[in-house]
Amino acid sequence: MRALNTIPLVPARVDHLLIAEMVTRGARVLDIGCGDGELLSLLEVNRDVDGRGIELSQSNVNLCVARGLSVIQGDADRDLVHFPDKSFDYAILSQTLQATRHPRHVLEQLLRIGRHAIVSFPNFGHWRIRLQFLMHGRMPVTPNLPESWHETQNIHYCTIKDFLALSEAVDAKVERTVALNAYGKRMGLNLPLAWHNLIGEQAVFLLTRNGTE
Amino acid sequence: MAQASTAQCDIAHFSEDEPLPLDSGAMLAPYSIAYQTYGTLNADKSNAVVVCHALTGDQYVVGTHPVTGKPGWWATMVGPGKPVDTDRYFVICPNIIGGCMGSTGPASLNPRTNRVYGLDFPVITIRDMVRAQARLIERLGIDSLFCVIGGSMGGMQVLEWAASYGDKVFCAVPIASAPRHSSQNIAFHEVGRQAVMADPDWRGGRYLDEGVLPRKGLSVARMAAHITYLSSKALHEKFGRKLQDRETLTFGFDADFQVESYLRYQGSTFVDRFDANSYLYITRAMDYFDLAADHGGTLANAFADIKTRFCVISFTSDWLYPTRDSREIVRALNSVAANVSFVEIESDKGHDAFLLDEPELFGTVSGFLNAAAARRGIAPAPARILASA
Repeated sequence: MRALNTIPLVPARVDHLLIAEMVTRGARVLDIGCGDGELLSLLEVNRDVDGRGIELSQSNVNLCVARGLSVIQGDADRDLVHFPDKSFDYAILSQTLQATRHPRHVLEQLLRIGRHAIVSFPNFGHWRIRLQFLMHGRMPVTPNLPESWHETQNIHYCTIKDFLALSEAVDAKVERTVALNAYGKRMGLNLPLAWHNLIGEQAVFLLTRNGTE
Repeated sequence: MAQASTAQCDIAHFSEDEPLPLDSGAMLAPYSIAYQTYGTLNADKSNAVVVCHALTGDQYVVGTHPVTGKPGWWATMVGPGKPVDTDRYFVICPNIIGGCMGSTGPASLNPRTNRVYGLDFPVITIRDMVRAQARLIERLGIDSLFCVIGGSMGGMQVLEWAASYGDKVFCAVPIASAPRHSSQNIAFHEVGRQAVMADPDWRGGRYLDEGVLPRKGLSVARMAAHITYLSSKALHEKFGRKLQDRETLTFGFDADFQVESYLRYQGSTFVDRFDANSYLYITRAMDYFDLAADHGGTLANAFADIKTRFCVISFTSDWLYPTRDSREIVRALNSVAANVSFVEIESDKGHDAFLLDEPELFGTVSGFLNAAAARRGIAPAPARILASA
């Protein structure tokens, strides 16, 4: 029974719905890079979470707070260190990892702050990106990543395989992986990893630190 | 003891048997707290909001001020349909102890000497002010507050409320405030106090006994302080180097410039409504404020295990309590995983922006309060009936 000022009228993004599915009802959630609060609103309305957000853009922060969301202005690279260990059930990084200066540090912080970490990112291993690079020899521009190299905030692209390797390097256990194809449909679980990496346009990972839970 | 009511405001009296322990170790008794209320307390007493006023503010938040005849100091923020909606919330604004608008302060009569307190009034702190407010709330039969909100020194009281009575505060909104007074803040206040005390009419603080007022000293103190409430840009845009009622410089020390004339006016009107000793005591209380020092040197300790929801707000051009002070509060709250929102509002109006028409401030406060009130189960304000033509 949340009287949020704005309940999203547009259909929720598929990756947001996927994340909402991974979050248990009533959980404490920190959404890092929460933008205008779309995912946080969805989680508060659908999953009844105790949600909080960090967002780089001050205008987005002000928008979120006016919507009744608990959001602070901050930077994923710099400000996560202030949060205590395991202070949230889920630390979520949605479409933000590739824009951080130190993705490994940020991922480690997520795993420290949250009992679980949820990370979604655009898969740079998608066939269309590979093909563009191969055919034209230029940095790819796709419907999913529409900005050219000099305009994009995304400074650390990775593929699904790269992210798996990073997860291993920071000693994280992958609890769930979902890849979405270009139509926003989730891909079959039985497909081999190489296929996910080739056809998945986006990926969502649910992780925990090894040795906990 | 019952509340006495005057035409202007309510006054709660606390007797000799209910002394207020002060941080200095002294006891204050008897004492009174003058306060105003707006709106109606709901049946389960869950909708009470305490508005904390700033250094020279008072309990007259809304409506016409009995002394100045001007609108209340926060009529933009508080009232029917305003962000602090008096159709929904029961708003209480107490005059701080040490103040001069009806609460016990240095201009009150000292029952032990039958003279005005003057400098015999004990030095008070922000925590003492809040302790007195907590007594008032208890007197009003309210167990817990929905919200405590205030700007500047009001924000310090908000932080102190949360630190001292966190379990009684559902949500807290410190605006344009700081967790401690900086060296620069103390320095400006010292200039003001020295101006007051340098006035021969201050008479060692006994001016009321002698039927005079340190008008010049208090006026200069106000002028100096007023500069700190504005940004350089705001002053420039308002006055530039424009001359006051003259075409050319007079080569003298008249108020040639509009800004001089403006400050002189601000100073002279202030002395009509404010007690000089109160000014000394309240600025001292602000200087002593250091929430971290009160909690073992670590600000986060002030908020350990706190359930209160915070909304911290600062303004870009406020150089008196700059955004970094608010960020320090936010960092401390994050480090104890408290529920905090933080908004920095773009404004070129300086520290005073919190009192002015800042739509983003109103949007932030109403959004935050609406969401918090829904969580507390406070019924929405009844739909306003639109007058038909």
